[in-house]
Amino acid sequence: MKSILLQKQWNWLLSGLMLGISFLLAVVLVKPIGVSTQYPILDGIIWEQVQPGLVTENAENKSGYGSSNAYLNENGGKYAAAIAKPLNYGLVFVLAMILGGFVARVMQRRGQPELYTPSIVSAELNSMRLKRLQRVFVGGFLALLGARLAGGCTSGHMMSGMMQTSLSGFLFAAAAFAAAIPMALHLYGREE
Amino acid sequence: MQIALAVLLGFLFGFTLQKVGAANPVKIIDMLRFRDLHLMKAILFGIGFAMIGLFVLLHFGVLNVASHLSVKSAYTGVIVGGLLLGAGWGMAGFCPGTGLVGLGAGRRDAWVFLIGGLLGAFLYTLIYGWIKGSFLFASIGGKSTLAVTGNDAFPALFPQISGLVLGCGIGAGFIIVSLVLPLLKKRRVQAGVEESVAQDRTEDTPAG
Repeated sequence: MKSILLQKQWNWLLSGLMLGISFLLAVVLVKPIGVSTQYPILDGIIWEQVQPGLVTENAENKSGYGSSNAYLNENGGKYAAAIAKPLNYGLVFVLAMILGGFVARVMQRRGQPELYTPSIVSAELNSMRLKRLQRVFVGGFLALLGARLAGGCTSGHMMSGMMQTSLSGFLFAAAAFAAAIPMALHLYGREE
Repeated sequence: MQIALAVLLGFLFGFTLQKVGAANPVKIIDMLRFRDLHLMKAILFGIGFAMIGLFVLLHFGVLNVASHLSVKSAYTGVIVGGLLLGAGWGMAGFCPGTGLVGLGAGRRDAWVFLIGGLLGAFLYTLIYGWIKGSFLFASIGGKSTLAVTGNDAFPALFPQISGLVLGCGIGAGFIIVSLVLPLLKKRRVQAGVEESVAQDRTEDTPAG
């Protein structure tokens, strides 16, 4: 048990099992996992600081909150409510995810052998050179623009969606891989 | 109670994504260019396992799971958005969730991903009012599932087949594919590298 918690990376079977347990447990206890919604929520929290009054109480909406922005006002003002009361399930879940990543990293056993052969591509991906930063910035921009248009990301649509056998999850996964594979091959090639 | 569960489940998910290697862009890019299918196998197994577990629980009607389901709508924007997300994923090696876990794990490039992501989501927030009546929101099936879930809000595309059979069948399909796919860890043959591969095997045995 201890070695499982300390090792740098789990083998694929344990990895898959733990992913499956995480997603299943979330549905059983609360609701399917989703992440990308929290990006516009965080945007809204910052926006509200800069321009107070973006989100207001609105008795006509189901959530009791509304916004002058059409997107934040959708679904009965659900997003507006989350911005007005940031300490909600979705945002806390995402903050706990960051903490989980941090603890997993800290608990890594020291002096473990490097799992990856250093290659040209891995050196580039792990660098902070301008080319890497440009790609990670544009990549982040496209990923979240796309996730919001689709109404979910790899977690919400692909994993949570497909486990419920939802049509949207299968469509999303097919589209995401159809773009991601050619993009990765184009930018990083087949070689090392 | 809800907040306590958010902390517990979020922590478990973030910890798992880091241990799985999903928050490492090298692993993602190497999966997408078919050099290392570790993550692909893990993702397929995970979906299959969760699917079988879910449809077994739904069949026996325990823990009120059917009411916890949340099926998203299928509309053209799901495909267009999926393509955009895929392009960003294949470029950065992060997706919205793994970027945040990478941030927690101390990857400095994840901060740049977060800023790009916040701006991308902000642009969407601004343009939504203009595009909401467009073809991007044309329905292509709504909130439907393949298998019967027992939640009437989500109609099944195959209502004549038992949800348990179809859900477990598709889940088993995912698991079989995950087992059959090769790992493809073709590393450069170097002294020391083979050693580290051997070390992985001994340390990664799931029993323990």
